[in-house]
Amino acid sequence: MNPIWAVILPLLVIPFIQFFGEKRNNLREASIIVTGLLLFLVNESIYQAVINGELAVSGEFVMMPGLSLALSAEPLGVLFGLLASSLWVITTVYSIGYMRGHNEQHQTRFYTCFAIALSAVMAAAYADNLLTLFVAYEMLSLSTFPLVTHAGTDAARKAGRVYLGILLGGSIGLFLPAMVWVYAMTGTLDFVPGGIVNAEQFGPGLWVLLALFVFGIGKAAVMPFHRWLPAAMVAPTPVSALLHAVAVVKTGVFSLLKIVTYIFGVDTMLATGISEWLIVFPAATILIASIIAFSKTNLKARLAYSTISQLSYIVLAALLASSTAIVGGGLHILTHAFAKITLFFCAGAIMVAAHKKDIRELDGIGRQMPITMLAFFIGSLGIIGLPPVAGVWSKVMIAQGSLQSGEVWILAVLMLSTLLNIGYLLPISIRAFYFAPPNAADSEHAPKSEPAAESEHTSDAAQQADSATPATAGHSVIQEAPAASLWAIVMTATLSVLLFFYPQPVIELLEMIQWR
Amino acid sequence: MSLSEHLPALLVVIPLLAAPLCVLLRHPLYAWIVALASSSLTLLAAYQVLMQVRDGSVIRYTLGGWSAPTGIEYYIDSVNATVALVVALISTVVLVYTRAISQKQLVTDKHYLLYTAWMLCLCGLIGIVITGDAFNVFVFLEISSLSTYLLISLGTQRNALTAAFRYLVMGSIGASFILIGIGYLFAATGTLNMVDLAQRIPEVQESRTILVAFSFLTIGLMIKAAVFPLHAWLANAYHHAPVFVTAFLAGTATKVSLYVMLRFFFSIFGADYSFAQMFLTSVLLPAAMAGYLLMSLVAVYQTDLRRMLAYSSIAQIGYIVAAISMVSVTGLTAAMVHIVNHALIKTALFMSVGCMMYRMGHAHIKSFDHLIRSMPFTVMAFIVSGLSLIGVPLTAGFISKFTLINGALDRGWWLVAASVLVSSLLATVYITRAAEVMVFNRNRVGHPQPSGMNEAPVSMLVPMWLLIGLSVYTGINGTETLAVAEQAAMQLLGGFE
Repeated sequence: MNPIWAVILPLLVIPFIQFFGEKRNNLREASIIVTGLLLFLVNESIYQAVINGELAVSGEFVMMPGLSLALSAEPLGVLFGLLASSLWVITTVYSIGYMRGHNEQHQTRFYTCFAIALSAVMAAAYADNLLTLFVAYEMLSLSTFPLVTHAGTDAARKAGRVYLGILLGGSIGLFLPAMVWVYAMTGTLDFVPGGIVNAEQFGPGLWVLLALFVFGIGKAAVMPFHRWLPAAMVAPTPVSALLHAVAVVKTGVFSLLKIVTYIFGVDTMLATGISEWLIVFPAATILIASIIAFSKTNLKARLAYSTISQLSYIVLAALLASSTAIVGGGLHILTHAFAKITLFFCAGAIMVAAHKKDIRELDGIGRQMPITMLAFFIGSLGIIGLPPVAGVWSKVMIAQGSLQSGEVWILAVLMLSTLLNIGYLLPISIRAFYFAPPNAADSEHAPKSEPAAESEHTSDAAQQADSATPATAGHSVIQEAPAASLWAIVMTATLSVLLFFYPQPVIELLEMIQWR
Repeated sequence: MSLSEHLPALLVVIPLLAAPLCVLLRHPLYAWIVALASSSLTLLAAYQVLMQVRDGSVIRYTLGGWSAPTGIEYYIDSVNATVALVVALISTVVLVYTRAISQKQLVTDKHYLLYTAWMLCLCGLIGIVITGDAFNVFVFLEISSLSTYLLISLGTQRNALTAAFRYLVMGSIGASFILIGIGYLFAATGTLNMVDLAQRIPEVQESRTILVAFSFLTIGLMIKAAVFPLHAWLANAYHHAPVFVTAFLAGTATKVSLYVMLRFFFSIFGADYSFAQMFLTSVLLPAAMAGYLLMSLVAVYQTDLRRMLAYSSIAQIGYIVAAISMVSVTGLTAAMVHIVNHALIKTALFMSVGCMMYRMGHAHIKSFDHLIRSMPFTVMAFIVSGLSLIGVPLTAGFISKFTLINGALDRGWWLVAASVLVSSLLATVYITRAAEVMVFNRNRVGHPQPSGMNEAPVSMLVPMWLLIGLSVYTGINGTETLAVAEQAAMQLLGGFE
C-alpha cells in the first residue's frame, strides 16, 4: 500500500464534513468514523507490508533540486500511524458525546481542522526525509492553532498566541536552521539507516546541531520550551486528548526518535557522546514537570504537566541512543498514548457530566461515575508504570537502555519520577472512591461559575467529610457521561490493559528498525 | 526577419505606444483596455524572450540596426529576462485588479492619467531591465521615476502629494548620483555600452575616476532600491499612494533597482573589483542586516496595514541585499529567487489590503475585527500570503528562506543565518497580529461593520488568488524557479560573454 493514501484519506473527508455541516451532524460524524476506519485499514496493510519485509514507498516529489517530498514506511512510522489512526476513530466517537454534551460552537470547523491535523500526522509518520517531516510538522502547528483558539475568548486567543509563538518560533528559529545546516554539510536530507551526519565533518558543532533539534522541535516540550502545552489546554477536551496527549506531542518526540536514528545514527551518537550533556534537559524536565503537576489543581493542567514529564522519557530514550532505549521510547509512545488519552477522556467526561474541572471538587465522584473513575485509575497505573497496565514495559526498557549506556543516574531519575507520578495521580482516584462527596444542599448553593467560591466550598466539604453520613452522600446516583464518550473511555482503558499482556507484536515491529 | 527577433524592442515599444494612446482615448474603460492589452502583450513577449534565453544563450539586440558603440544595444540573458517577466506579469495582474477599485477610489476624469502613467512606468521598468547601455539605464530610470511620482500623487488623501514630493526629492538625488556615476564611467572608458564597459574597466580600475563612479553608483542605486538606511522615501510612498499603485510598485520598482545593482556590481565592475577590492560586502551586509532586523521590528508596531507591509518590504529588500553580498552562486541564487518570490508575495498582500480598503475604506488593523466573516476570501488571501512572507513550507517564501540560509551557512556566516531567522520570527509576529484581529476578534462597539457576506468584486479576487496560486505553486515545485535563478547566478558571476 502506498503511504500517500494515509495522507490523502483524512483530507478526502473534509468535503463531506463541510457538506453535511451542523444540520446533518450524524452523517458528518459518521463520515469521519468511516474514514477513520479506512485509514486504520490502510495503516494496517502498510504494517503487514513492513512486517513481511516489503517496501511501502510513495513516489518522490521534487520540490527543489536535491530536496524532495517523499513518503516511506519504516517500523517507527508504522507504529505511530497505526496509533494515531486508531485513536482518531475512538476520539471522534468520544467527541460526539463531548461536543454535543457541551454545546460547543463551530463544530464543522473543529472537525475540519482535526482532519487536516490527522493528515499532517500521517505525513509526519511516513516522512522519508527531513524536509517532509518539517513540512508535516509545520502543517500540524498551523492546523491545530484554530483548535486551540476554538472558544474565541480572550483567554483562548492568548493561549493561541503562546501556542503558535513557541511552536512556530521554535521550528523556524531552530529546527529550520538545523535542517539547512544538515543539508549544507551533507547535501541530502534523506532518512538513512545509520544516519547521514559525518561526525568529523561537524566536529564540536555536532552537539549544537543536536541541541537545535531537541529544542527546535518544540512539540517534544522539553523545558524550557514547554509552555505551549499547558496553554493549549483551553481547547476542547477531545483536542487535548488526541492532539495534545497523542498526535501533536508524539509527533515531536517521534521526530526526535527518527532524527536520532536516521539522521545522526545510533553509532555516531554513542561514539561521539554528544548527548551526554544534553540529556540533563529531559531528565530535569521529567522531575520538574512532575513537581509542577503537584501544584496544579485543575485536572487538565495537571495532566498537561504529566504529559510534559512523560514526553521527556521518550526524549531521554532518544538521547540515550542505545537500541533498547529507542525501542523502549517507541513503545512508550504507544503505552503513554493509551494511558494519557484515557485520562483526558475521563477529565472531559467529568466536565460534561458533573461540570467539574478542579481536582478538589472530585471527592466521591467515583460513586457518581464509577466506570469513568475506574478507567481513570487504570490510566493512572499506566502513567505510573505499574502492572497490569502496559506503561510498565516501556519504562523497564528505557531503564535498561540507560544502564546499557552507563548512565546509572538516569535510573534514579526514573525511580523518583515514578514516585512523583504516584503522588499526583493516585490521590485523585482514591479521593474519588473513598472520600464522601460534598453534600447535596451545599452543591446547589455553590455558584458554578466562580471557581474561588467553589474551592472554598469544597474545602468546607472536605472538613465535613467525617461528619457526612452515607445518607447525605447518597444523593449521587449514577450519572455517567454520554454513552459515546463512555464507550471511548472503556476502549482506550481496555487497550491499555491488553497491551500489558501482549506487548510482543509491538516490540517485534520496533526491533525491525535498521540501526545501521 | 521574423517577429520573434524583434521581441526585445517590442517589450519596450508596446507600453510606450500604449501610453499616448491612453491620453488620446481619454475614456476610463478604453484606456484600461488598451493598457491591459499592451501589458498582456508585453507579458507574452517577456515570456517568449525568457524561453529564448533559457538555454543559457544571450540575446544582443541592436536597436534600429545601429551596432554597439554608436547605437543602443539590448543585452538579455536569464537574469534580466526573469526580472522582465516578473515586472510584466505583475503589471498585467494588477491592471486586471485595478479596474474595480480605481472606479471607487479615483475620480473618473483621472483614470486615463492613471493608465498613461502606468504604461510609461512599465515601459521604463522593462527598459531599465533589458537595456545593455549604461546611459539608457538612466533614461529609462527617469521615465519610470517620473511616471511613478505621478502615480503616487493620484492617492486620495492630500498626504499623497507630500509623499510623492518626498519621493521625487529622494528619487532625483538617487537618479543624479547614478547619472554622475555613469558620467564618470564614460569619462574613464569612453564607452556607455555595458559589455564594452566591462572590458575596459579592468584597464583603468586603479584610477580614482572609477572609484568615484563606483561610489556614486552604489549610493544612487541604494537609494532607488530603498536599502536601509536610505529607505526613508518608501514607507510614505507606499502608504499614501493609491493601494493598487502600491501593489504594482511593491513588486516591481525596487526589484528593478536591485537588478541594476546586480548588473553593475557583478557584470560591469565584476565581482572581483566590487567585493574584493572595494569591500562592498562590508558596506552592504551591515546595512542589510540592520535593515531587516530594524524594519521588521518597526513593522510590528504599525497600525496601518499598508505601512506595516511597506516596512516589511524594506526588510525583505534587506534579505536580498544580504544574499547579494554573499558573492557566491548559492547567495546570488537566493537573491534572484527572492526577487521573484517577494514580488509575487508582496503584490498579493497589497492586493488583499486593497480588497479590504475597497469595502472598509481604510486599512487600520484595529478596526478589522472579525473581518473573516464578511470577507473570507480576502482574509484567507492575506493569511496565505502572510504565511508565505514568513516562510512556512509549501509556500514560495520557504524556498527563498531555505536558499538564503543555505547560502549564509555556505559562507559560514552564522550571524547572518541567525539574524534572518530572528527577522522571520518578527514577521510571524506582525502577520499573526493582523490575522488574529481579522479572524478571532469579535465586533466591538464603535467599529460598525457591514453584516453578512460583503466580499470584494470577483474581478479583484481572481487576479489576487492567481498570484497566490502562483506563489504557492512555486513553493511546492520550486525546481523551475531555482533552475532559472541558478543559471542567472552563474551568468552574473561569469560576467558578459
